Amino acid sequence: MTSAPMVLSQARLPRWAPALVAVVSLALAGLPALLSGWGPVRWVFAAVAVFLVAMPLWSRLVEGRRAAVDRLVTGLIHTAFGLAVTPLVWLLYVVVRSGAPAINGEFLSVSMLNVIGAEQGGIFHALIGTLLITLAAAVISVPIGILTAVYLVEYGGRSRIARTITFLVDVMTGIPSIVAGLFALALLMLLFGPAFRAGIGGSIALSLLMIPTVVRSSEEMMRLVPDDLREASYALGVPKWRTITRVVLPTSLAGLVTGVVLAISRVIGETAPLLVVAGATDGVNTNLFDGRMTTLPVFIYSQYASSTPVGYQRAWGGALVLIALVMVLNLVARVIGRIFAPARGR
Amino acid sequence: MAKSIDVSDLHIYYGDFLAVEGVNLTVKSRSVTAFIGPSGCGKSTMLRSLNRMHEVIPGARVEGKIVVDGQSLYDPSVDPVAVRRQIGMVFQRPNPFPTMSIYDNVLAGSRLNARRLKRSEADAIVESSLRRANLWSEVKDRLGRPGMGLSGGQQQRLCIARAIAVEPEVLLMDEPCSALDPISTSAIEDLIHELKTEYTIVIVTHNMQQAARVSDDTAFFNLKAAGQPGRLVEFNPTRKMFSTPDEPSTEAYISGRFG
Repeated sequence: MTSAPMVLSQARLPRWAPALVAVVSLALAGLPALLSGWGPVRWVFAAVAVFLVAMPLWSRLVEGRRAAVDRLVTGLIHTAFGLAVTPLVWLLYVVVRSGAPAINGEFLSVSMLNVIGAEQGGIFHALIGTLLITLAAAVISVPIGILTAVYLVEYGGRSRIARTITFLVDVMTGIPSIVAGLFALALLMLLFGPAFRAGIGGSIALSLLMIPTVVRSSEEMMRLVPDDLREASYALGVPKWRTITRVVLPTSLAGLVTGVVLAISRVIGETAPLLVVAGATDGVNTNLFDGRMTTLPVFIYSQYASSTPVGYQRAWGGALVLIALVMVLNLVARVIGRIFAPARGR
Repeated sequence: MAKSIDVSDLHIYYGDFLAVEGVNLTVKSRSVTAFIGPSGCGKSTMLRSLNRMHEVIPGARVEGKIVVDGQSLYDPSVDPVAVRRQIGMVFQRPNPFPTMSIYDNVLAGSRLNARRLKRSEADAIVESSLRRANLWSEVKDRLGRPGMGLSGGQQQRLCIARAIAVEPEVLLMDEPCSALDPISTSAIEDLIHELKTEYTIVIVTHNMQQAARVSDDTAFFNLKAAGQPGRLVEFNPTRKMFSTPDEPSTEAYISGRFG
């Protein structure tokens, strides 16, 4: 029996083909852009559309159907990536451009106490407020969250109570932050009377928002720890609680830290509940349990609400500091994750 | 002191599902007992019930009696943690602790139980355990490196060192060589021969030659029929099992003609 020779090679477009098509697309789209005076955004959109048609078409003619579909989907994915990243880059650019001029040593080290009109004010009080309230929120919610996850993963199994907890945690994820703030306010009012305002109330409100995130992420991370390791530990005659504290938690530590930091990043920018329960003040207050406390988001809100040029300026500065704070937190989490990742030496 | 294990009329369940039915056998002390049989016939389940690892799986339970040194393992007053301290286990896939170094992996039994050890004692335990596991010469210069960095065969020997570092009475091995190459397998078989002088060993294996090489007694498990629980077909000294077995189905399985 004779058979046709085996064909394994076929025509391929050169490596620089996508770059060439991109340049040609930009030029083609530039023509109507020039004629009818489009802005750069419409121009880029038109060029992307031309590229998404031209690239697969050329590929279809030279390389065949499968390669053409591959080119098309590759193009679509890159477009989607661009769409997703543009707002982020844009936001960072605008915040840095508008906020950077406001930042100086005094801005970071003084409060707004007795600052009138266009005098140099600062965010020191808000920085302290944000750090203290968020730290207290983390202190409340991290133990509750991680211990809940330990219960769900190691003890709950598929029991009714575990499923109920999972359901309630999911419901909690959807609580609007203002409701959490009102809850904390009501709680403090019941305990300490109607006029009571304190930073800890803000922490309670934030911890309500943090706990479900911490539970969910910790649960995922601890489920990733292979049962092999738990069994290895049990087989050495190690009790269950020691297996959890000495094997499961250390093995998933990097993931737990990441989850906690993500939860903190989520609540550090909350405004509404803090406005309700912690109030606003111009001075530095380092006592979480007495008196009003301003946080960065509340500071940004109140400065913006003042509708003065200097107020806008301070709001942008505060926004930049807040974003920088969240980024630093994320970097710290990455470093911690790297340090505690499994397979470390002694 | 190594102990013998008496199993009488043992039924093992996963929930309502009867996995292993009516097993009677005696594992002699300071000997190697091999469990052989086709996949899914309950060998591993049987092995895991010997140190109560079986009940780690939700819904798993046992009826019948396993007696070690005069004590019934499944007596309500027995602490499964205490059982597992006396009856160690090596698993099919090597599972060193990823957060620990080679040194700490060997000491895991003590470290995880927060037992205080003097530095010199710890060093001595690590060296003797690794020597007995035939791993010392390969890792003695990198004890501080992560256990996960070793090859598969080395990891398995590390797991054996970890299991014998806590000085158990009995060592259970669940297909310890199934993921290993012939050289590592032979190293572990040599090790089993040496360990036999101090420990009672039970090994599950799919490798008939291995059972013949390392064991003194062999238990052949099989399913009654598809969907039926597994049962013990024959339990005899290995030499008899591989030359003149009592049951025709044993001979068929051993010689490669199944069923």
